Amino acid sequence: MTTITTVTPRRSAVPRLRRTRGFSAERPRRSPLLTVLTGIVLVYSLLPLAWLLVNATKTQADLFSSFGLWFGDSFALFSNIGQTLTYDDGIFVRWFANTLLYVVLGAGGATALAVLGGYGLAKFDFPGKKGVFATVIGAVAVPGTALAVPTFLMFSQMGLTNTPWSVIIPSLISPFGLYLMWTFAAEAIPTELLEAARMDGANEARTFAQICLPLLAPGIVTVLLFTMVATWNNYFLPLIMLKDPDWYPLTLGLNAWNAQAATAGGEAIFNLVITGAVLTIVPLVIAFLFLQRYWQSGLAAGSVKE
Amino acid sequence: MVTSTSRRHEGVPVTQTAVPPAAAVSAGPTPRPARRRSWSGWGFVGPFMAVFTLVFLAPIAYSIYLSVFRTQLIGGTTFVGLENYARAFGDAQLWAALGRVSLFLLVQVPVMLGIALLVALALDSGRLFGRDFFRISIFLPYAVPAVVATLMWGFMYGTRFGLVGNINDALGVALPNPLAPDLVLAAIGNIVTWEFVGYNMLIFYSALRTIPTSLYEAAQIDGAGQWRVIRAIKLPAIRGALVIATIFSIIGSFQLFNEPSILQALAPNAITTYFTPNLYAYSLSFSGQQYNYSATVAIIMGLLTMVIAYVVQLRGMRKEA
Repeated sequence: MTTITTVTPRRSAVPRLRRTRGFSAERPRRSPLLTVLTGIVLVYSLLPLAWLLVNATKTQADLFSSFGLWFGDSFALFSNIGQTLTYDDGIFVRWFANTLLYVVLGAGGATALAVLGGYGLAKFDFPGKKGVFATVIGAVAVPGTALAVPTFLMFSQMGLTNTPWSVIIPSLISPFGLYLMWTFAAEAIPTELLEAARMDGANEARTFAQICLPLLAPGIVTVLLFTMVATWNNYFLPLIMLKDPDWYPLTLGLNAWNAQAATAGGEAIFNLVITGAVLTIVPLVIAFLFLQRYWQSGLAAGSVKE
Repeated sequence: MVTSTSRRHEGVPVTQTAVPPAAAVSAGPTPRPARRRSWSGWGFVGPFMAVFTLVFLAPIAYSIYLSVFRTQLIGGTTFVGLENYARAFGDAQLWAALGRVSLFLLVQVPVMLGIALLVALALDSGRLFGRDFFRISIFLPYAVPAVVATLMWGFMYGTRFGLVGNINDALGVALPNPLAPDLVLAAIGNIVTWEFVGYNMLIFYSALRTIPTSLYEAAQIDGAGQWRVIRAIKLPAIRGALVIATIFSIIGSFQLFNEPSILQALAPNAITTYFTPNLYAYSLSFSGQQYNYSATVAIIMGLLTMVIAYVVQLRGMRKEA
């Protein structure tokens, strides 16, 4: 089996990422059956989102009385959005801004560190390199709580808990981002190019900034999107670090709104929870759709190969 | 870090750094090949490792330190050696939690990765109508925060006003309540599957795309059919991706926290404070103030996860030989 994968030399006419899809040289025939079967997974993936969208248009009363997958008597989407944004002195807007702050600093920083580190691992041989790899991979397996409790205690001694820093600093490390960037840099930057740059007397920082960064762009977009999702969706870390709702990100805020119904004397605001959930998802979906050309090529070129 | 004048980092004077022997040899006017061993790689990896040390290694070390002490209201903190570990060994709640995530792992991970692989192969076959639409749509749930996904499914599971309730009313049946104690684990499995099928599909699909077309041409000349191509070329070529996805899924299962923790508000009777090991460790420290024992539980889980991930990796890679 392995002989097949190793002996065949790549023909020069064939681009690295196949343009023509499928197994034969001519276009494979489309299969309605296969499309229908895959369509089941598609429905599974989209149905809950459709449910969410439909129910964001309902008043709380309709939520209880009408069928879940169809619209209620009233179309309350805009009043729901208005209420979501103004409820409790507009705390939702504050949460939105907090989330943006955490994403810009956390995901931005994580991407920068992963790009530098991945490039270093891919293109340099340095003492301790194997140790770096083993440590990072090993540490990924440590459960969140193993880190959460001591990190919380450490940060609380440093006076960082209940501040944005307690959420941002731990977000700066993305082992998956490092891994992705490493495989990507190994592929995308020809070693000869580095040698040529050094031959011309460029120092490492300049070689990296002017020659390698542009080549790494698709990989950077990919890592940025994945770290963005991770920080935008982060729940556990802020849950333990933050007490003050003024510093909550959207995820924690939505959960607080949902839990409010269960507390004594708390007002049930399920319509706002659902509308808030839609507003939380929309920015990420837009980012993915707009940048898909970049991140998908980055993922493909940087994907795991043996 | 700085090894020669030609590779100086901005703002760092050369003389200031201690030059290690290996690097000193390579320093000189003539540049050597890029793969020579030198310290300059640390200039790039260093920032990552510095923050990594602060937010990963230091807390792990602190955890280990915590796990060998006991803190009591009266008597303060005393060194107890491995006593916390002995307690964990006989802790029925921890074993119950561990059994639950193991069951989850054995059922949910194969289902999720199986679906993801089938969809990735279907997309890669080029035989679907509207391939790009499929790929993007199935991936979309990954962008949904676990909080939103859990709230959404939690509402839908509801027998009173959720979809399950709607179906019961419409058809006059009484479907079992997904949030009942005996079904809630499956209900969580469904949420996690929904969240990550698309993500794993994309990892597999990206790996499939890197297979050179020439292999397919060779297979065609040999008269191989679709299934043979999948078995002989596609699956072996993406084994690395399969192993990595399996390892990440195992780690994810053992760390299960968000979904059960959020569902707790909707199903307080079905989800205990020790439902998963992670939830148990969380409850121990944040509602029980038992930081030392909590750290012990977390370390045991970390070690266990590492061992299993390592075994999976060994097995996955051995098949290649």
